[in-house]
Amino acid sequence: MTGDLLGWWGVPLAVLAGAIRVSTPFLFVSLGECITEKSGRINLGLEGTLVMGAMSGYAISYLTGSPWLGVLAAGCAGAVFGILHAAICSLPRVNDIAVGIALMLFGIGLAFFLGKPFIQPQAPNLPSIPFGNWSDNAQVRDSLRINALFLIGVVLAPLLLWAFRNTRWGLIVRTVGDSADAALALGYAINRVRMFSTAAGGFLAGIGGSFLSLSYPGSWSEGLSSGQGITAVALVIFARWNPMLCFWASLLFGGAAALGPALQSVGITSGYYLFNAAPYALTLLIMILTCSRDRTLAGAPGELGVTR
Amino acid sequence: MTSAFKLSRRALLQGTAGLGAAALTAGLPFGQAQAKDVAIGFIYVGPRDDFGYNQAHAQGAAALKKLGGFKVLEEENVPETVAVEKTMESMINLDGAALVFPTSFGYYNPHMIKLAKKYDKVRFLHCGGLWSDKDPANAGSYFGYIDEAQYLNGIVAGYTSKTGKLGFIAAKPIPQVLRNINAFTLGARLANPNVTTQVIFTGDWSMPVKEAEATNGLINQGVDVVTCHVDSPKVIAETAEKRGIMVCGYHVDQSKLAPKGYLTGAEWNWEALYPKLAKSMQGGEKIPNLVRGGLKEGVVKTSAYGPLVEEKARKHADDIKTKLTAGSYVIFKGPIKDNKGATVIGAGTERGQTDIELEKMNYLVEGVLGAIA
Repeated sequence: MTGDLLGWWGVPLAVLAGAIRVSTPFLFVSLGECITEKSGRINLGLEGTLVMGAMSGYAISYLTGSPWLGVLAAGCAGAVFGILHAAICSLPRVNDIAVGIALMLFGIGLAFFLGKPFIQPQAPNLPSIPFGNWSDNAQVRDSLRINALFLIGVVLAPLLLWAFRNTRWGLIVRTVGDSADAALALGYAINRVRMFSTAAGGFLAGIGGSFLSLSYPGSWSEGLSSGQGITAVALVIFARWNPMLCFWASLLFGGAAALGPALQSVGITSGYYLFNAAPYALTLLIMILTCSRDRTLAGAPGELGVTR
Repeated sequence: MTSAFKLSRRALLQGTAGLGAAALTAGLPFGQAQAKDVAIGFIYVGPRDDFGYNQAHAQGAAALKKLGGFKVLEEENVPETVAVEKTMESMINLDGAALVFPTSFGYYNPHMIKLAKKYDKVRFLHCGGLWSDKDPANAGSYFGYIDEAQYLNGIVAGYTSKTGKLGFIAAKPIPQVLRNINAFTLGARLANPNVTTQVIFTGDWSMPVKEAEATNGLINQGVDVVTCHVDSPKVIAETAEKRGIMVCGYHVDQSKLAPKGYLTGAEWNWEALYPKLAKSMQGGEKIPNLVRGGLKEGVVKTSAYGPLVEEKARKHADDIKTKLTAGSYVIFKGPIKDNKGATVIGAGTERGQTDIELEKMNYLVEGVLGAIA
């Protein structure tokens, strides 16, 4: 009877599988915020964008029957929110952090309002690709069903890193983010660059939200996000504005979130509140360990609100 | 659902005309006739169509609305903070609510107690709390012995499980939750004494990602039937169905979410209780401060059996259900040991449903794998 079971091996497998399953929204939101912050603006509204993306993705998937159209719609909804943020922030004497918080609340409220009719119906979900068919163990097979969005994220992270270093627009975004004066001297339209970067960031965050409603856990409800968007924004600072580090940090947060349930499922039940807090405790620990006077804000865009 | 978004010009014109008419009558004296309707407020912690706890209450509120003669006020997504005090105050002051149902566990103390002292003309009825003599007389609490239905869930799960491993995903280790876990396990061990229930606490009432992770974790450990005590079993039922295991429902009927693997479910029957409470208040009767009831009083019910439930399981569960409905069966009957080996209910002791000791439960019975802290 137990031949098919993994027992203790279930824990590392669950953490790995959980990392892959849970990390995708973190990954998309943090990559999006990476682009935005590299241009010198911080968008705290991505929690609202994520929820809005989850809702609109689910709604469009349900109404059209195509989950991929849902993903596209979620991205577009996110981009609209990004443009809204950028447009308000381009006005004189506007604080981007305050605008972000306002848009976060607005996004969540609007998503709850518009999403009412979609809590009950079931929309078609995104397909997963079975990578575990080599194994005759059902648990391994199920754990290795990986969603296509995760794979897109895996490709996107190094691509973004490369683009920031080697492409013309990557360099423009960084210049604008590091020194507005230098960018002005070079003749770049600062607000337009930031508009584009915030819109791109919102687009990715919206897609991150659609993963929650269309793949895992795979349905729209009002408690769906539980703060994942805002965690992902914090994760960008943790990852030092480096897209590849965003990827690893997302995996870490995903895996840590899976740790509590995984340990309880094999019978380690004492102290589960501590395990459930593992992602945050871990972040704090790593922050303390890697923190030093010289390195703390290495890589931070010079124009970013938090560093000025 | 799509039709909700399409608004034809005709519907718009009709709506506008209706609004105008309503505005007119509101100003006329005969509009006053409606003022006699007793206003009753319902406060939910989550959305009222969550396939779970809040939906069960909203169904009860809907039944009251259908009855007529009452003005039903509802507010959803109210957090268990001072926000609920504000909601209650506005229901009382702006809408003249005479009876308020704050339905979530965390609303009771201190929020509802505080307002009950402030508004002594208003009746407050809380779901799940444990009213004591020290609390104001216009406050009260009601709850159902849903562990009876979880016991029946357990019997069905015990017969149907092939691995003998059941899973229970729970929010927090409070007495009501522990009572459900224990009843479910006791029922399952009636069917098969070797069954174990692995419990996972997620830490909060609504954590969709964590609940999905917990379901996957349990399945990976060989669990083939899951049930839960969280606000919305939606994610758990859907995940179980996707991965081909069985599920017992909770709060409301979830068979739509898991057409293949749904066995049965423990459901609330607030549609029966709310109209009863409202009518007795309207008639000037005194509502007891502590309202409780189970299958016998019609406060809880069970879902229809799913296709996988065999005749033997149905028969045994139906038999116990008949006895519970007649009030002649005791679930927590000694000797019962906890999962650390200590005796918690001695041999010969019967803790009937109304025993207040059961509402202070702080142990997991033998057969449950897990710990409270």
